[in-house]
Amino acid sequence: MKLKVIAFITIMLCVIIVSCQSEAEQEYKRYYGSGTLVYKAKCQNCHGEKGEGLSNLIPPLTDTAYLKKNKAQLACFVKYGIKETITTINGKAYEGAMPANVDMPAIDIAEVLTYIGNSFGNKMGTITVDEVNVDLEKCK
Amino acid sequence: MKKFAGLVLITLAFTACKFNDADKPRLPIMGNRDAVTKTINGKQVTDTVYQTIPDFKFVNQYGDSITQKSLKGDIYVADFFFTTCPSICPIMHRNMLTVYNEFKNVPDFKIISHTIDPKHDSVAVMKKYADKLGISGNSWWLLQGNKEQTYDLGQKDYLVAVKQDDGTPGGYVHQGWFVLVDKQKRIRGYYDGTDEKQVAKMIGDIKILRAEVNTEIAQ
Ligand code: HEC
Repeated sequence: MKLKVIAFITIMLCVIIVSCQSEAEQEYKRYYGSGTLVYKAKCQNCHGEKGEGLSNLIPPLTDTAYLKKNKAQLACFVKYGIKETITTINGKAYEGAMPANVDMPAIDIAEVLTYIGNSFGNKMGTITVDEVNVDLEKCK
Repeated sequence: MKKFAGLVLITLAFTACKFNDADKPRLPIMGNRDAVTKTINGKQVTDTVYQTIPDFKFVNQYGDSITQKSLKGDIYVADFFFTTCPSICPIMHRNMLTVYNEFKNVPDFKIISHTIDPKHDSVAVMKKYADKLGISGNSWWLLQGNKEQTYDLGQKDYLVAVKQDDGTPGGYVHQGWFVLVDKQKRIRGYYDGTDEKQVAKMIGDIKILRAEVNTEIAQ
């Protein structure tokens, strides 16, 4: 009898873990998939299909260390744009301006960040709408 | 028998080459045209007169004056842009860079990009843009000058739309056309500068056009 209970609990635990994982996986896929579309519509013209940027005018999105370090800022960049400040990406200085997307919903921002955060050699995992909302509160 | 077949093949290949030679691809002549009827030696002769790009005067990113004379003997591609354009210009110039890199060492080819926002895009701004874009030398000029003249040239001569409109991002509407012009200043092709495939076609067409001009001269 005892053995049966233990076996049952073990199986339940396994099921929960597996289904949770796949739920997170599914969420990631949803974010990433929609993020692809947002990227195509709003970012690709400047940052390029492969995130390669444009010469010294527009920075690439391939500087994994920069993106990790500034993760909490990325939502603000997308929503409020970047005024002509100097940003160093892959060791090169960029000083163009990036347009704002003040009407972009937080969920779209989360999706596009999940897309760039996991493309072009980056691996940041899902950037959720909750994280984006928290980050947006703190925009300067 | 085998030898014979080989001979036939070689002969065929030769005739095929010859045939191709006579049938070289030619680009159409575009733009408006007029039929002009003249009387020569008492006979009526009708000639087609093709539209040509008239003379203009602008300043390039080095501060040099540029007119049609500066383009004498050149095939060129013209486009319209402005340095702060947030929408299609980055795509156009990403694609134009490919064209630039393909032909930058060719003596009879140039690219001219007219700014439609000359108030902001001063010579200094254009030079900075050129430097950041990574272009140098004289095969790609960024031209700045009188706004009316630029708009007129775009609309009446290159037949592409350029106008100010405060409703669009950046405040200007313009289509991303690349216009290919031959040594006689006639329009020979329009290509969507935001479409990589059309730009690849343009690169092919420029090669055709250069070959065409060179055979015309040889004849
Ligand atoms: C009009 C062109 C343009 C568009 C459209 C644009 N960006 Fe940018 N972006 C820039 C420029 C220019 C910079 C550098 C700004 C600076 O010099 O500080 C930049 C910087 C960035 C950076 C930080 C630097 C880096 O390379 O990592 C991120 C992240 C970024 N953009 C993401 C996006 C996303 C996401 C979108 C779409 C929602 C987008 N951008 C749309 C031009 C653009």
